[in-house]
Amino acid sequence: MSFFEVLCIIIPSTLLTAAPLIFTSLGGVFTERAGVVNIGLEGLMSVGAFTAAVATLTFERSLGFGAFSPWLAILVAGVAGGLFSLIHAVVSISFRADQTVSGVALNFLAAGLTIFLVKLIYNGGGQTPYIENNIDKVNIPLLAKIPVLGPIFFQQVTYTSYIAILAAFIVWYVLFKTPFGLRLRSVGEHPAAADTLGISVIKMRYIGVFLSGVFGGIGGAVYLVTITSNYNVSTIAGQGFLALAALVFGKWHPFGALGASLFFGFAQSLSITSQQIPLLNQLPSVYLLIAPYVLTLIVLTGFVGKAVAPKADGVPYIKGQR
Amino acid sequence: MNQLLKKINWMTLLIPLISVILGFLCGAIIMWCTGYDPFLAYGSIIQSIFLQPYYAGETIRAMIPLVLSGLAVAFAFRTGLFNIGVEGQLMAGWLASVACAIGFDGLPKFILLPLSILAGAIAGGIWGFIPGLLKARFKVHEVISTIMMNYISLYTTSYLIKTFLYTQGERTPTIPQSASLASNFLANLTQGSRLHWGFIVAILAVIAMWFILWRTSIGFELRSVGFSQEASRYAGMNVARNIVLSMTISGAFAGLAGAMEGLGTYQYMMINSTFTGIGFNGIAVALLGLNTPIGVVLSGALFAGLQTGGLTMQSVAGVPIELIQVIIALIIFFVGSGYVVQWAWSRFMGRRHKA
Repeated sequence: MSFFEVLCIIIPSTLLTAAPLIFTSLGGVFTERAGVVNIGLEGLMSVGAFTAAVATLTFERSLGFGAFSPWLAILVAGVAGGLFSLIHAVVSISFRADQTVSGVALNFLAAGLTIFLVKLIYNGGGQTPYIENNIDKVNIPLLAKIPVLGPIFFQQVTYTSYIAILAAFIVWYVLFKTPFGLRLRSVGEHPAAADTLGISVIKMRYIGVFLSGVFGGIGGAVYLVTITSNYNVSTIAGQGFLALAALVFGKWHPFGALGASLFFGFAQSLSITSQQIPLLNQLPSVYLLIAPYVLTLIVLTGFVGKAVAPKADGVPYIKGQR
Repeated sequence: MNQLLKKINWMTLLIPLISVILGFLCGAIIMWCTGYDPFLAYGSIIQSIFLQPYYAGETIRAMIPLVLSGLAVAFAFRTGLFNIGVEGQLMAGWLASVACAIGFDGLPKFILLPLSILAGAIAGGIWGFIPGLLKARFKVHEVISTIMMNYISLYTTSYLIKTFLYTQGERTPTIPQSASLASNFLANLTQGSRLHWGFIVAILAVIAMWFILWRTSIGFELRSVGFSQEASRYAGMNVARNIVLSMTISGAFAGLAGAMEGLGTYQYMMINSTFTGIGFNGIAVALLGLNTPIGVVLSGALFAGLQTGGLTMQSVAGVPIELIQVIIALIIFFVGSGYVVQWAWSRFMGRRHKA
């Protein structure tokens, strides 16, 4: 197998596995930049994946939306994720609960509630039926015909991967080039100063958490409609925590999160496809599986450029307290 | 002053109690809304765990790892550390105890059993030591590093089982009798439950936590660092060393929990594709138990009872067992929001005073 053929397998597969991670870690950028730690990304992805499954099934079966169903389902999942994340917002911002505690509870609640509802809706079965219209791998018109680059980047890919990459640029623009972004970041760095300047810390933090829910929900939905096609207890198993790792590995920056997600997607797809690739099939897949986590730990130790969290990340804001 | 102190103690006890009641209430509302009978559901839980020996035995059996992982979380909390890594430490301990038991097959029971339990504690301890060191030396937040360690543990243990200890059924071979905590006597007593002698280990661990934290100078330092790192440093304590020590001991408790599953409940370790959930439940146990040894036992009993009774609830009242997880999640939310519960209570009491 030539190197070119290897690339043609690995890169589309990387783009596929990275897309949910990109969306979810971008959500993480919003909440943590606003100063709210969100361990609940995993749960938000579960809610998104669950909603996407139910919504797609409803759209294609009862409403006859056909191939349009999964796209609409992704949007519904984004809304569901956003609403669900408000629990975390209320508990950790307004009720001043420990943000980690609240995030852990959010994961619990999502895992329990989604399967509870699956059993309720689909008559006791532990999983949803498979959706018929998933978002398939396609050759992107025109671009796929470019010599060399076409087969590597634009054949056998899903549109969602490119939307995810585009989203990273939009998030970067919003965070660093708009007044809204400046306010959001200021609330995460020095809430007291932001408050003095008339920015509502509470409101900005709610928005940050809500956006993380929207993006997390979309991430989970994308994972469902492009990869698994049905929802059960093991659909989202660690994807959210992987996105959290990508967020930290990417140093709380949208492009960092994008790069880290692509890299983690690369490691994950290697661990799946390595059997087909010479040399790599000698390497036990465990190394590729643990690579993202080990690398994140190494980055955090500061050997490869220090990763510094937003200054007020994880600290509840209480007016008048120094 | 004295009166104020009394009031605070009363409040801290009140929050978990109110949280549990609210959790059950919300659970009942969910059941009522989705067309189930809450009275039948809760009734079946109580009936099974208190009146049927098998379920009573299983409840105590489930309590053993829950209490130990609760102790692990609570211990780290006392030093101001949030150990989310119990899950990974538990798996490391589980594998180490099983591997030790199989590897040293042939040793007499009075050596092999304690040795295997110790192996579990040490492996868990090492898995806690690493994030502790990263925190003390490089200021890496332990929440992130322990999450990473969880996944490293999940994949590594699976790999090690597949490569070195594999047998049919995606698991390790069964451990030799001489390393087993299982007991026919306890099983017969509870009509065939998997209750094992590990409960003695759990009781000893509860006492150990209390003794270390409140009866030794090491424990004084650990708690002191938990209250204020700056003040402890000013008083001449080695904060870094205390952080590492706390995470190591916490990990050892978690490793013990894993050893109890390996040597007691299952007698082997399976290849886990996802986490056991015991470690995450341990966070709930510790929080509800206010990070005290006795509290951990009580909340461990509550959650173990709920999970065991949940099976009966599913079969008798038809309510999916996931509802139990929802109730536990809600309880954590309520305990976490203690500030609001306290505020609402004081407003309520204040108004009554005025009236």
